[in-house]
Amino acid sequence: MVANPFTTVKEEVELSRMAADEVKTTTCYMCACRCGIRVHLKDGKVRYIEGNPEHPVNQGVLCGKGSAGIMNHYSPARLSKPLKRVGERGAGEFEEIEWDEALELATKWMGDARAKDPKKMAFFTGRDQSQSLTGWWASKFGTPNFAAHGGFCSVNMAAAGLYTIGGAFWEFGEPDWDHTKYFMLFGVAEDHDSNPIKIGLGKLKTRDDAKFVSVNPVRTGYSAIADEWVGIRPGTDGLFIFALIHELLRAEKIDFEYLARYTNSHWLVYDNPGQENDGLFVRDKKGNPLCFDLKTKKLLDATSAATAKKVKPAFVGERSTGRGKPKARPVFELIARRYMADEYSPDAVAETVGLKAEDIKRIAAEIAHAAFEEEIELDIAWTDWTGKKHKTMKGRPVSMHAMRGISAHSNGFHTCRALHLLQVLIGSVDVPGGFRYKSPFPKPIPPGPKPAGKYTQPNSPLDGAPIGNPTSPEDLLVDDDGNPIRIDKGYSWEFPMSSHGLMHMVLHNAWAKDPYGIDVLFMYMANMGWNSSMNTSQTIKYLTDKDENGEYKIPKFIYSDAYYSETVAFADLILPDTTYLERWDCISLLDRPISSAHGPADAIRQPVVEPDRDVRAFQTVLLDLGARLGLDGMVNEDGAAKYPEGYPDYIVNHERAPGLGPLAGWREGGTKHGRGKPDAYQLDAYIENGCFWQYELPPGQQYYKHANQDYLEYANYMGWVPDTKPIIFQLYSEPVQKFRLAAQGHGKVQPPEKHRARVEEFFDPLPTWYIPVEETMVDVEKYPLHALTQRPMHMYHSWGSQNAWLRQITSFNCLYIHPDTAAKYKVSDKDWVWISSHNGRVKGQVKLSTGTQRDTVWTWNAIGKRKGAWGLKDDASESNKGFLLNHIISELLPEKGGGYRYSNSDPVTGQAAWFDLRVNIEKCAAHEAGATEPMFEPAKRQPNAFDAPDILQYGKNLKGKPMGGQAPLETWVANRHENAINIRGIEDGRETNPHGKRTSRIK
Amino acid sequence: MTSLPRKSSRRKLGLVIDLDICVACQACAVNCKEWNTSGHSAPLTDLNPYGKGQNGVWYNRIHSFEAVDEKTGDSQTINFPKSCLHCEDAPCVTVCPTGASYKREEDGIVLVNGDICIGCKLCSWACPYGAREYDETEGVMKKCTLCVDKIYNETLSPSSRVPACVSTCPVGARHFGDLGDPHSEVTRLVEARGGFALMPEQGTLPVNRYLPPRPKQHQKPKDQTPRMLEHKDDSSDGAGLLARWVDKVLSA
Repeated sequence: MVANPFTTVKEEVELSRMAADEVKTTTCYMCACRCGIRVHLKDGKVRYIEGNPEHPVNQGVLCGKGSAGIMNHYSPARLSKPLKRVGERGAGEFEEIEWDEALELATKWMGDARAKDPKKMAFFTGRDQSQSLTGWWASKFGTPNFAAHGGFCSVNMAAAGLYTIGGAFWEFGEPDWDHTKYFMLFGVAEDHDSNPIKIGLGKLKTRDDAKFVSVNPVRTGYSAIADEWVGIRPGTDGLFIFALIHELLRAEKIDFEYLARYTNSHWLVYDNPGQENDGLFVRDKKGNPLCFDLKTKKLLDATSAATAKKVKPAFVGERSTGRGKPKARPVFELIARRYMADEYSPDAVAETVGLKAEDIKRIAAEIAHAAFEEEIELDIAWTDWTGKKHKTMKGRPVSMHAMRGISAHSNGFHTCRALHLLQVLIGSVDVPGGFRYKSPFPKPIPPGPKPAGKYTQPNSPLDGAPIGNPTSPEDLLVDDDGNPIRIDKGYSWEFPMSSHGLMHMVLHNAWAKDPYGIDVLFMYMANMGWNSSMNTSQTIKYLTDKDENGEYKIPKFIYSDAYYSETVAFADLILPDTTYLERWDCISLLDRPISSAHGPADAIRQPVVEPDRDVRAFQTVLLDLGARLGLDGMVNEDGAAKYPEGYPDYIVNHERAPGLGPLAGWREGGTKHGRGKPDAYQLDAYIENGCFWQYELPPGQQYYKHANQDYLEYANYMGWVPDTKPIIFQLYSEPVQKFRLAAQGHGKVQPPEKHRARVEEFFDPLPTWYIPVEETMVDVEKYPLHALTQRPMHMYHSWGSQNAWLRQITSFNCLYIHPDTAAKYKVSDKDWVWISSHNGRVKGQVKLSTGTQRDTVWTWNAIGKRKGAWGLKDDASESNKGFLLNHIISELLPEKGGGYRYSNSDPVTGQAAWFDLRVNIEKCAAHEAGATEPMFEPAKRQPNAFDAPDILQYGKNLKGKPMGGQAPLETWVANRHENAINIRGIEDGRETNPHGKRTSRIK
Repeated sequence: MTSLPRKSSRRKLGLVIDLDICVACQACAVNCKEWNTSGHSAPLTDLNPYGKGQNGVWYNRIHSFEAVDEKTGDSQTINFPKSCLHCEDAPCVTVCPTGASYKREEDGIVLVNGDICIGCKLCSWACPYGAREYDETEGVMKKCTLCVDKIYNETLSPSSRVPACVSTCPVGARHFGDLGDPHSEVTRLVEARGGFALMPEQGTLPVNRYLPPRPKQHQKPKDQTPRMLEHKDDSSDGAGLLARWVDKVLSA
């Protein structure tokens, strides 16, 4: 076009270009939220990714991470061929090898270990969304040394929930966003359930009749839109919750009926100090727990249907359990006595938690008001587990959510239990307006089976899954002397209820040969050589240290990742994975599904583009290795691979039990859901349905799932619960008490002397609060500040900083500090400071923020990168200004008497206590400002690395052909129908379009 | 100099952005970038995408800041997404020496005709909102198109015919419609929520509107919740209540 400067040239805007040759659905993997996406493809390239409006998880929306998927998919950090290390570990010197050689090498290393002792191979996975496969594979290999990343993530949340209410938050359950009147969100790092929480908060706030309270030392993200920000001191949430419970008990704002129906609050507990049954439930001959009936004055089976219908159980009072037998008291009395004590009053805890007593009292009053004065009743009939019919569903509209913030403290297990106790005392679990389970939860408390792996045999599988839930000392994985069997010391006396293992201890323990050395370390998608480990500098030593013979102390390290992460440089053999757009996957109900409170759901990923490199999906490689190793279930009788077509073959044809496979939808001729024979067209059916399956529970099964006859029958049919018995909330945890009794000298299996006092102290059958362990061992005057990390919302659960778009939003992290605190330390905005702990120091830049609790500093995690990794150039801010707090977080606690150093983890579950960190800050010298420390030698880039351009013009040639035409305009309000109808003044004149979104034509 | 349409367009397409619920998740900014890097003014060039000084063209950027009430000391975090406001009296248009910057008569969308933009940057100086993005590599100015190539696009499914920032917003903080129509849903939404124009004193008559943060629930005067619960027992160990609960019988 020739422009005449004297006339205005009118642009002909093309309104309808052919934006896509094809639109394919699949499941996002930019974080752990697993939204449905529609991928627009143009000329074989990814043109645009948007949320799938039909999908139950995200209902059409897509967050910043998901929207940046293109840049992960085409990242220059992608691996492109199997690599074999040729230089020293950490140097990044590799040669490319063919897959056959890589798989033969891996088979040889693993096979040798398996022939000697399968324990010698440790298999740990990180952001693994196929844990039902990887755990099964480990079991067939025969190693107990398996876990995913839960131990360093949020196992306290999961374990506390599973041992208390048979579920927890995120994948286990969610707030009833439609009805809740009072929503409390606890802790930093709340974004696990990314889009559903955002959708829910938008809905709740737009409804404008609910209050949203955020209890969090940091006011970012969700806390910024909260109606009230409660800036609590880190690690004291448990105490705050107890003060709320104290107030509710003292004011009798307790739902006793709910307690009697659904909890063990009336079960009798022996009060028999020093004896072997002290603190255990009083049981009849059949083993049923007993309660005291005020009407008949008799002890009766507390769990029978007859009792539930007629009995008036006692909540308080010492009762005789028979002649010559000890006295007993109901659980509720123990609860009431403990939390009504003055030590838990708002006035007593206010200073420790850093809040005003009057605010704690007010919040308790608000909770009580919402729960008891704003009770809701839905006109939905349902039948409880005893067969009793109810005309309506009543609910106490108070809901809660928490994740790693309260979980990643050494007192986190008890704090998470405390939160569930609060929910249950006001009767708000799985009721309208409260917290709601997502199928397959609730599960029996705790869910079976027990962890397997006590006995290992050469070339033999385990007799069960390596990850499970112990209920007594007999279930621990310890030898006859009480020493750990697992490399991470999971399920040992150090961490008895470690439901997700302790991945953060594997490298240290393997290096220290404590409890023993291993031959092969096999990891998947976990950046343990950098931001996923505590004490990163030392961890690098574990990976590179050699023994007197010049052999690496961790002899063989096989690693699979799609990208050139920091960890790759330390591995001996790299099995390159695909990107998420190039692969099959299943998001299975056997694992961590995508269900909502409305009903169960699962999903698949399908390859929407072909790999342009010599990479293979890890799960397919794993099945191939299993076949080469001849593992049970992975080979046919003739020794041929059972799943020759790889992971999709397994997804369709594998059966965990007859008729139960990885995917629930469209089984047996496409007609059966849940149970049914494998169906060859199952994946096609998923693709046709947008790559997910969902079943909406009938209204009568939507709430009270733990005691809902119709729901429990359905759950049993689906294989989620072993029978149709009600799931009774365990406010008082007998399994926990059994460990304490063992520590007190009872039973056959007792802890070794050195662990005895510790087990006795921390295994309290009721939720308790104690000062985080590391804080009691370091000089808190020298390290007066708490230090926390969280991921920014646009990178939460997302990997790496190789994403060209996301790193423009955040490329280095600062240390956030309240202006008043900064003044105390004579630090100003943008100053560079040393941040020191008992484990060393790291250097970073300060940013002032009033949204920070005054005793706390915090920073964005995992922004700092090692030079050479992630396809970034050496001058990138990530590796020059960005810093990892990990360097100063020790994976071991300081020495105590006897010289032993426990892991810096929750003593109950082994949850990594990231947030117990105490620090000091000090302005650094002028010449030290401007760059972070420690800094490491750059790793060499992978051979034939993709070009990282200086100018990126992605999409320039993907505009598409002009097609002419103009569609009528549509107006969009509030994104979702539910939101829009809540906006005053605009509730009329709408239509719902067939795509689920609410739109109306512009006239 | 370039003229605005002689008559201001009847239809005034624009965005309504709810500051009460924006959590600064960056979804709108990134989804916008993703669509538009192959859109009307493609590409949205990124400089040094993998090194120091990374800097690209974005039509939409999120600013987060803390507002401190000097009287009470209370502070609040505000998340503020900002893109072109499609002003009725757009100074970026009238300042343009070539006619490259223009406002569409049909719907009021302000666009840049990249074919005749000479990259003089006068428009970015004229815009009081800093809503223009210069693409150094291409030598032209770029800006929010309100997804003009998406909202009318017949090749897309109806659920996609909406600005990328709006359909992707997880909290539902972004709304799109005709703000020139006094009866449209967006207009009524603005009225219902006390929506405001950004810096009206600049006289540019922006079309986009922002919805202010709602009063926090605990600041609402009608809130009747008691400030604290009445204890049923004042003893230090709750003995009175425990004694009462010994005989507590549940109603049927």
